[in-house]
Amino acid sequence: MEKEHKKGIREISPIDVYKLLPRTNCGECGEANCMAFATKVVNGETSIVNCPPLYTQKYSKELDKLEELLAPLVQSVSFGTGGNAITIGGKHVLFRHEFTYQNPTPIAIDLSDDMAPDVISARIKRVIDFSYTYIGRPLKLDSLALRSVTKDPTRFRELVQIVCNSCQIPLILCSTEPDIIAAGLSVCAERKPLIFAITKDNWETMGELVLRYSCPVVVSAPGDLSLLRSLVKTLKEWGIDQMVLDPGTYHSDQIGKTIFQNTAIRKAACKDFDPFFGYPILGTPISVWNGQELSEELNRWQEAYLASMLITRYADLLIMHSLEGWVLLPQLIWRFGIYTDPRKPVSVDPGVRTFGNPDKNSPVLITSNYALTFFTVESDIKTAKIDCFLIVIDTGGLSVEAAVAGRYLSAVKIADSIRDMNVGDFVIHRYLIIPGLAARLSGETEEETGWRVLVGPRDSSGIGQMIRERWPPTEE
Amino acid sequence: MTDSEKADISRLIQLLGPGILDVLSGKQIELEHVELELGELELWLPLGGGVQVHQVPTDYSNLQKNPEERKYIRPDSLLEDSFQLQDDCFPAKIREITLGATRSEGGTRDNTVTVGGSSSLPFHNPHSLPPHPPVISLDVFDTAVSMPKALKNHLTDVMYDPASWAKQNVEQYGADMITVHLLSTDPLIQDKSPKDAAKTVEEVLQAVKVPLIIGGCGDPKKDAKTFTEIAEMAEGERLLLNSVTTDMADAKTLEPVCTAADKYGHCLLGFTGLDLNSAKELNRRIYQYFPADRLLMDLTTVALGYGLEYSFSIHERARMAALMGDAELQHPTLSACTNAWSAREAWMDLGPLFGKNDLRGPLWETIGGLTLLLAGVDLFLMMHPLAVSTLKDVAGKLIKHSHTTPDQADWVSMKI
Repeated sequence: MEKEHKKGIREISPIDVYKLLPRTNCGECGEANCMAFATKVVNGETSIVNCPPLYTQKYSKELDKLEELLAPLVQSVSFGTGGNAITIGGKHVLFRHEFTYQNPTPIAIDLSDDMAPDVISARIKRVIDFSYTYIGRPLKLDSLALRSVTKDPTRFRELVQIVCNSCQIPLILCSTEPDIIAAGLSVCAERKPLIFAITKDNWETMGELVLRYSCPVVVSAPGDLSLLRSLVKTLKEWGIDQMVLDPGTYHSDQIGKTIFQNTAIRKAACKDFDPFFGYPILGTPISVWNGQELSEELNRWQEAYLASMLITRYADLLIMHSLEGWVLLPQLIWRFGIYTDPRKPVSVDPGVRTFGNPDKNSPVLITSNYALTFFTVESDIKTAKIDCFLIVIDTGGLSVEAAVAGRYLSAVKIADSIRDMNVGDFVIHRYLIIPGLAARLSGETEEETGWRVLVGPRDSSGIGQMIRERWPPTEE
Repeated sequence: MTDSEKADISRLIQLLGPGILDVLSGKQIELEHVELELGELELWLPLGGGVQVHQVPTDYSNLQKNPEERKYIRPDSLLEDSFQLQDDCFPAKIREITLGATRSEGGTRDNTVTVGGSSSLPFHNPHSLPPHPPVISLDVFDTAVSMPKALKNHLTDVMYDPASWAKQNVEQYGADMITVHLLSTDPLIQDKSPKDAAKTVEEVLQAVKVPLIIGGCGDPKKDAKTFTEIAEMAEGERLLLNSVTTDMADAKTLEPVCTAADKYGHCLLGFTGLDLNSAKELNRRIYQYFPADRLLMDLTTVALGYGLEYSFSIHERARMAALMGDAELQHPTLSACTNAWSAREAWMDLGPLFGKNDLRGPLWETIGGLTLLLAGVDLFLMMHPLAVSTLKDVAGKLIKHSHTTPDQADWVSMKI
């Protein structure tokens, strides 16, 4: 049989996609023509589902071919139902800079059937309520992993029942005993939970369960990639295809094992087109809670840095135990970052932005055009509900601190920007608020611009308070 | 071949991807619009048994499309297969640079540190690990700087005394190196003279015996004067001067700094802002006056939440390009992890839900460091003792990876 490599996403040209589109330039997708749509598809900026004609009988052959052409090297796997469903995997590349990583790593928090009911409901509430607003967006937790600790099917079923009665969060049912999983599925099968796990010892019976309920399943072979491949090959032969890989998450002295195994699996999928490793990877930072007679604080610390390393190195789903905000916050922020489009410019356009309804007496603030600085300042100004002008200076996309150090933000630059942007026409006062991190430019800036300088807070979260306390300025 | 031709071929190899293995194993493939002699490729892909083609099983009978057309039957037993780890092979490697000099080498340090030398992607394969563990340098400032409480707590006794501060960093927190930040030289702060700065450096050199990094104030003219003065004062110490920039090139101070650093036997750090083209351009300018084998790069480290992903990707790209043959990027890299503390999430009170910042702050610094460790950074500038010990611990375990597989502790049914 002929061995044929699938084209990687970066080898596909817009023409490859265009040839399979209806080519009627109907515009239903919102693009000017089919070629523009094809270009966006290969760039990952839109999806073929946005081309309605393609989903008619007439184009079914082309649709099949397109789906095959655009299929990611790491298959997508979904669990949960409706609006809460979670999709994991769907990766096209090994390196972030090659193509935007798809499907940010969901974080599942564990519950076990030996926990007291009030602990269970408190943990569920915490998962639901957990939220941090980051550049204007809420960052949230995603899933619950239910563990059988008592090894009693009845207890496990009760836990699943309690959880199903109290929330719609997608579930992971965790036990290697088919009886226990069956007990859990008896009350939640319609929610399409992810099953953990098929192993070399239970694959026949657990496989039957998974097929009967058509649920996605984790295939677990800790520390043995050959066994993992054998299991996947066997299950695939049997018709099971919604799989997640668990090579085992090792920690402490063996942390290298985790990094090297995940990397080997993802490389095999993306560089060698290995059909048996082209599935999402599960990471279980929760593993640090076993086998260690250490303090809880130290376990949380280890779980936190291990989780971040797993997000970096190819984990598509995480199961964690800690619910402490300091542990989870960096994970949510890091996954947000690493899943952004790598081609997204580091900077925003320089210029004058207005907030609220500023008038001729409103404050004038200055910031850099580094995208994340700008978005942070923007979000803080909006939160503080201030009417003002914000002068975004071209600092070469550097943050305020780096720009001041590297002379990308200087008194001369500020003076030039104020003149070029005609800031003097917007207000009748002559006061500039510069970032606290640029405080040392204040003297020079007053000389260069002829405006009085007020030094703002070092962090833009303090802008609201500063304006309330110090605006309008009083002449000393 | 010239360097630029080599780089072109490297790019080509990248574009060709897996197919290149067929060429090299003698199988024919058709190259369109490309003229290439195999001899040229052989220079760049070592063939000595290193490259193995992963054998993808050829039985695809169970992978055909339209699954509904097939009747699935459970296999009678497990279908045995195997996984062979491929060894990575790259045509080039990162330069190896030693910082600091002992008495016999013309300096006064008790020990030196060596960075770089990697010949494969960072921690991608347990069979090709970096030859040297990452190096951690702790900061010392010569003047008061505002910093979060979580950092200040460790420094109350030493804050205004760079020599004692350096000593504490080495003796209590295990610093491999010390970075002396000469912020007082900033014309807009205290405008201390290069002589004053040299005196501070001299005190630190006497207080500790580890290699030093000398940080300037960021003013391209003033830094040039300060660095030149210190280079001469500390002749033979193999200091790392942090940093030289494109601004220095514009201010025409790059040449004197490079010349002095070369003459007195020091190393240089080229600093650029998240842009590989400017990094290459700056390096080309530096090569005119300074040997490439004593140059390190700072590609800019941004805090988690403020663009760490940009730093991560630029380091991954730089390392890949360097290993594929781009000589202008084959320098060890440095990350100022302490930038983590500019993230408000590292120090701000975010309410009870997010815990006290005594752990959140150091975790912010730790995660920034570990992320860039995985992207290949060789030398880390750090501050918080907990972040330092964690990075050291994890890096040590990654680099001394044991190949035995322990039984994995079961997390599924454990009682927490």
